[in-house]
Amino acid sequence: MTVARRLQAPGLPRAGLGLLMGVALAYAIVLPVRSLYGFDPVLDGEAVTIVSLLAAPFGFLFGLGAFDYWFYWASGRPTRAEDHSGHGAKSWRDYFRVNTDHKVIGIQYTVTSFFFLLVGGALAMLIRAELAQPGMQFVSTDGYNGLFSVHASILIFLFIIPVFAGLANFVLPLMIGAPDMAFPRLNALSYWLLPIAGTMMLLSFLAPGGSFATGWTAYAPLSTDVPVGQLFFTVGVQFAGASSVATALNFLVTIITMRAPGMSFWRMPLLVWANFSTSLLVVIATPFVAASQFFVLLDRALGFNFFVPDRGGDVLMYQHVFWFYSHPAVYIMMLPGFGIISEILSVKARKPIFGYRMMAFSLLAIVVLGFTVWAHHMFVSGMQEWIRVPMMITTAIIAVPTGIKIFSWLATLWRGVLHLDTPMLFALGFLTMFVLGGISGVMLAMIPVVIHVSDTYFIVAHIHYVLFGGSLFTIFAGVYYWFPKMTGRMYDERLGKLHFWMTFIGFNATFGPMHLIGLKGMPRRVADYADQFAGWNLFISLASFVVGLSTLVFVYNMVASWRGGPRAEANPWRALTLEWQVSSPPPTFNFDEVPTVVGGPYEYGVPGAVHGVFKKPAEVTATAGGQE
Amino acid sequence: MRRHQLAQMLILGLIASAGGIALALAIDWFPKVGSHQADRIDTLFDVLLVASVPIFVLVQSIVLFSVWKFRMRPGEELKDGPPIHGSTRLEVVWTAFPALLLVGLCAYAYSVLGDIEKAKPNSMVVNVTAEQFAWHFAYPAAGGGKPVSSDQLYLPANRQIEFKIRSKDVIHDFFVPEFRMKIDAVPGITTKIRVDTRNQRRDYPVVCAELCGLGHATMRQTAHVIPQAEFDSWMQRKEKEAQST
Repeated sequence: MTVARRLQAPGLPRAGLGLLMGVALAYAIVLPVRSLYGFDPVLDGEAVTIVSLLAAPFGFLFGLGAFDYWFYWASGRPTRAEDHSGHGAKSWRDYFRVNTDHKVIGIQYTVTSFFFLLVGGALAMLIRAELAQPGMQFVSTDGYNGLFSVHASILIFLFIIPVFAGLANFVLPLMIGAPDMAFPRLNALSYWLLPIAGTMMLLSFLAPGGSFATGWTAYAPLSTDVPVGQLFFTVGVQFAGASSVATALNFLVTIITMRAPGMSFWRMPLLVWANFSTSLLVVIATPFVAASQFFVLLDRALGFNFFVPDRGGDVLMYQHVFWFYSHPAVYIMMLPGFGIISEILSVKARKPIFGYRMMAFSLLAIVVLGFTVWAHHMFVSGMQEWIRVPMMITTAIIAVPTGIKIFSWLATLWRGVLHLDTPMLFALGFLTMFVLGGISGVMLAMIPVVIHVSDTYFIVAHIHYVLFGGSLFTIFAGVYYWFPKMTGRMYDERLGKLHFWMTFIGFNATFGPMHLIGLKGMPRRVADYADQFAGWNLFISLASFVVGLSTLVFVYNMVASWRGGPRAEANPWRALTLEWQVSSPPPTFNFDEVPTVVGGPYEYGVPGAVHGVFKKPAEVTATAGGQE
Repeated sequence: MRRHQLAQMLILGLIASAGGIALALAIDWFPKVGSHQADRIDTLFDVLLVASVPIFVLVQSIVLFSVWKFRMRPGEELKDGPPIHGSTRLEVVWTAFPALLLVGLCAYAYSVLGDIEKAKPNSMVVNVTAEQFAWHFAYPAAGGGKPVSSDQLYLPANRQIEFKIRSKDVIHDFFVPEFRMKIDAVPGITTKIRVDTRNQRRDYPVVCAELCGLGHATMRQTAHVIPQAEFDSWMQRKEKEAQST
């Protein structure tokens, strides 16, 4: 192909051109507008950066071909009917294209997210290296603030949230017996927004004045005050958030409308319930974080004075809007993991999930209660005092549905036949660690305790017990569990177990002592600390390097097994859910015959029970062994 | 067989709980007690520990016991567990019991909150102003004269201090770990906390607990708690200095 041809066809070359055109557009807008207003200087770096950050990604997406179908349709030209020729991935190059196959997108999502896990983890290693001793060793204080800010933002917005969307993208349509997601083109667009958001956040390190350094919370007016690197967060979050919302809508419509015949809501696997609940949270809450960052953007770019008290601004308003998203976001980062754990525990304990309906109801209860607790992040913010007590009670009460889930999982284990392989080890590791995060969470509902421990390392310990001991353990469990289905290969069990034990021990040694130094009064987000904390910090840093090493074991296992692991059977775990009833990896269109669901998803131990059968609906008569 | 297993696990769990509670209470979690508030908050924390340890131990015992007793033995590769789908009675118990426990803990926390924020008649006001990256303190003068300002924080012992906190630029947070009290310094509004100092001469660190920029980690100061008489003479000296300038 000639260069000109290449730049006309959708793909990465055209995307690069689109990117440049986006930047050119920024100059074309900023220069005339500033000269019309008579601003001096006419060429302002920050103004060009802001417009570029907004325009260049759209140029990139346009060039990549993410909008092609819609543009053809909108302009009245003949659309290219989907002939499914793009389905499936024949070589690694197919993963760098706009692909509408949910299985390809699921792998794109998952691999991209894990790339950002490695980046975020590497930043954590730098943080711990700096904190190993009091005083400053490797980075400046501002550089340090940048490290933990990018660490948190990358791992929250580019790893935990999207990796769950990625795993669900792959398995959820299979689980409900659907050929694909409801909106495949939107699905592709959701994916491609992610690398944009992640690249933007990482590029902030190159910005004059350094990367954004105000934490992932980006409290105003600090965030309206600092150098231009902040904007890479402000705008990056918009793209990550748009990706979340689009995917969540896609999941909702898929779950509501595309279930196989016979799959009533009460026959859905709990992973599907979990993603249904999560998607509700995402659709309702995510616009609030978008708003909070637009406030910052407008304050900075156009002088809106949202957070300038002398001009009628209100500093606390930022925190209310921010946490109205960011507390539900904690559940966005946890509920899909609950779903994964339910799948794994039931299969690996060879027993039905204990109290299936309560498991589903407790998810919905968390969705509702999740919107009533945000101000517990603001107990020492100086907000109106009366709101604290109601928020303390709701925060404590949200532990009840979570407790129901934990106790039901424990009852699922009881008298089962436990297969203690890698996915199960991570699931059990999750159970034992998450309960600690839950307990410190209840402590963090109690206002007098919060007054002492908020903004200390106790919070850092709590959030890592929830997001690492909680979410990340479920993610590892899920990746090992579905690895055979996604890649058609088996992973190395010995390396998997090594990975688990290194992670489990390293994790506890790293984050356990943080509870103590937090209670002792070490504030969080500090580049330097009082000498009294030196001993524990050195210990924590050393332990964290074990966690770092364990990740290398995981990466090696995944890469080597994907390339040369033994071929996986269709159903190596003898699971009942539908994704295991097709080959590994699944056929291009998922199901050669439409499955009919005739019973619950977890009927282990029921003689002759099946969840779905591959017959024409008319032929299905008995609900063999099903509970309904 | 089943009852036997349950009893076995319960006994192990009870022993582990008792040990866990003893350990949790033996650990010295907190910095020194520097205020009346610290006493109340430490007790609340201990109560939370006592309530938490059995729940933690319960979960760990069931997991470990299941791993020990119910793990797949060779030859059981194709065996399934019993098809137990649930138990309404158990589900009611583990919904209602945690709910009651949590409401009880909230009620206790509420009473502690009322106590640590209660105003006392002889309280003294200290105005705190935060800026990147320093603390400034101002004391209203006794005779209503010019307030005494200082970059050092001196506090009388055995007295309630009401800190009124403002910020000149971004959000900071006034935190003295030994007092167990903190509050944000927010531009545009005045926030406050009350601290009842103990009857003891001692220096405590003042730290900024809210990320405020590149100097955040070093935004530290010292609070000197001194006997009332000594404090009065310090005030008089400061007032004289203020008038002479």
